[in-house]
Amino acid sequence: MHVLREEFDVVAMDFTTAGEASATIKRLLKKLGVNSSVVRRLSIACYEAEINLVIHSMGGKLILTVGAQDVTLTSEDVGPGIPDIDLAMSEGYSTASEDVRMMGFGAGMGLANMARNADGFSIESKVGVGTRIEMVFRLTDAQKTEGAV
Amino acid sequence: MAKELHSVKLDKGKCVGCTNCLKRCPTEAIRIRAGRARIVDELCIDCGACIRVCEHHAKVAVTDPLSSINRFKYKIALPAPTLYGQFKNLKDISAVPRGLMRMGFNEVFDVARGADIVSRAVMEKLTEPDCPQPLISSACPAVVRLIQIRFPELIDNIVDIRSPMEIAASMARREFCKKHSVRPEEVGCFFITPCPAKATAVRLPIGHEKSAVDGVISMMEIYGLLSNQIRRDQGDDADYVFNSQNRGTALGIGWARSGGESLAIGEEDALAVDGIDNVNRVLEAIENDRLPDLKYFEGLACDGGCVGGPIAFENVFIARNRIRKLVSELPKVSIDKAVSLDELEALGDEMRLDKPIEPMETLKLDADFTEALKKMDKIEEIRKKLPGLDCGSCGSPTCQALAEDIVGGYAKEMDCLFLLKEQITLMARQMVEISELTREKNT
Ligand code: SF4
Ligand code: SF4
Repeated sequence: MHVLREEFDVVAMDFTTAGEASATIKRLLKKLGVNSSVVRRLSIACYEAEINLVIHSMGGKLILTVGAQDVTLTSEDVGPGIPDIDLAMSEGYSTASEDVRMMGFGAGMGLANMARNADGFSIESKVGVGTRIEMVFRLTDAQKTEGAV
Repeated sequence: MAKELHSVKLDKGKCVGCTNCLKRCPTEAIRIRAGRARIVDELCIDCGACIRVCEHHAKVAVTDPLSSINRFKYKIALPAPTLYGQFKNLKDISAVPRGLMRMGFNEVFDVARGADIVSRAVMEKLTEPDCPQPLISSACPAVVRLIQIRFPELIDNIVDIRSPMEIAASMARREFCKKHSVRPEEVGCFFITPCPAKATAVRLPIGHEKSAVDGVISMMEIYGLLSNQIRRDQGDDADYVFNSQNRGTALGIGWARSGGESLAIGEEDALAVDGIDNVNRVLEAIENDRLPDLKYFEGLACDGGCVGGPIAFENVFIARNRIRKLVSELPKVSIDKAVSLDELEALGDEMRLDKPIEPMETLKLDADFTEALKKMDKIEEIRKKLPGLDCGSCGSPTCQALAEDIVGGYAKEMDCLFLLKEQITLMARQMVEISELTREKNT
């Protein structure tokens, strides 16, 4: 089966380019004709992931893999890592610095939002090293996940 | 979408293939082929951006000539609120309907009145418990088309109420027939518009079967005649009563400017955005769930709102300011005073959209997913060869678009001047080599 793989570098604290990777990914999925509700859930999660990379990491990348059955979005970063993942997964939790919050970002890390919008979600993190999040979105089963949107 | 349905067209004789419009089309619907612009029907949203940028006036809006009103025994004019901003020193806005009467119309019904009604209907809609959030205005057909093409997931957020133009036409016809005891077929309703997208929406209504409007006349076309009439206006020389039944409130007229609609519905958590690129960006944000508190979204394709429509006569800033002044001088009537719930009730289904707004998946590379993936790879491969300058000389708006056009079979690699140059250099070198070889052989 034909698989498409694309990588997008995301630069830490660069708000001029923040969101561009997500926009490109979204356009790409629409061109492929992926079901629009899947595209929407993925876009929401992808934007959260991208902004997280900009705000919380020292830089990282988003990797998009499109297969016949599903789309996988991976976020990898070099950064402080998350000491308590369960806590970080709770709604509203944020490690964003004061200046970032002043800009209206970082109300939460959005991990819960990502998990809610994805069909599969896994996260690994090492303090002082970085975080890797993998989200899977099923293509065949197009029904909307409750709570998305 | 069938060809004859679009209102923005190319005047072939005037087009020089200069590429000015190519890069300004928000949906990348223009290509230059064989030295002339072509509009890709499936992608065009009739926003009119290309009409504004074409220095050769080769992009035109197809509307009905004024003489077409004579197809009907009785003619009703439906002026868009924008019309009031077109005239210098307009002291009394009722000089406009009086002028229209003298031009041959039998009745004038303000589209601003339709706007009042839509405002009230939206206010009611917003109180319903299952109201989508944000509710998205259906007023600008170019924006609705954009949503159909690019944001199908937001279609369900579009308010299911017809446009002020449609509501004005239905009401005007019904009231005229009642008052004069004539049959509906004898009455023609003509919308006077700054907007090609509205002309398209009359030919191909979005969300309902048939339009109540019989013809669309461009503001540009009647500007001269009407301003003469207005200049000669004596106050009451035409047999016309402008009253609360056929005239809009200050808030309804305010719909001509961006933000007017949000102001009329009085919603705090509303956001008004004008200019198609801005609208595109904010819809993108809504799609990404970045505006969770937003209740109402008013998006208008034209800079400044409908006062900036491509077939309005006056400059957008001047017209907008005139509307602001005119509106501030009118009595302040709130929407719930101007439109009663009974009145809404009476309109009933006439006011609602009754056909689903379909997504138009024009972005798709292929109906088959595996094929689309393969095409995506090919596109990427070609795009890497292209210079990435997005110069437009190939006739496609960007290098990416050319790569897609090549894979789609609408263009070829040698349309790129840079690849062509390389190819020629290569061929020239080969020629030299061949001739040197033959010379060597001969000596
Ligand atoms: S009307 Fe708008 S969408 Fe259509 S070709 Fe012109 S610029 Fe493009
Ligand atoms: S903003 Fe108004 S004039 Fe411009 S396209 Fe939309 S409806 Fe037409």
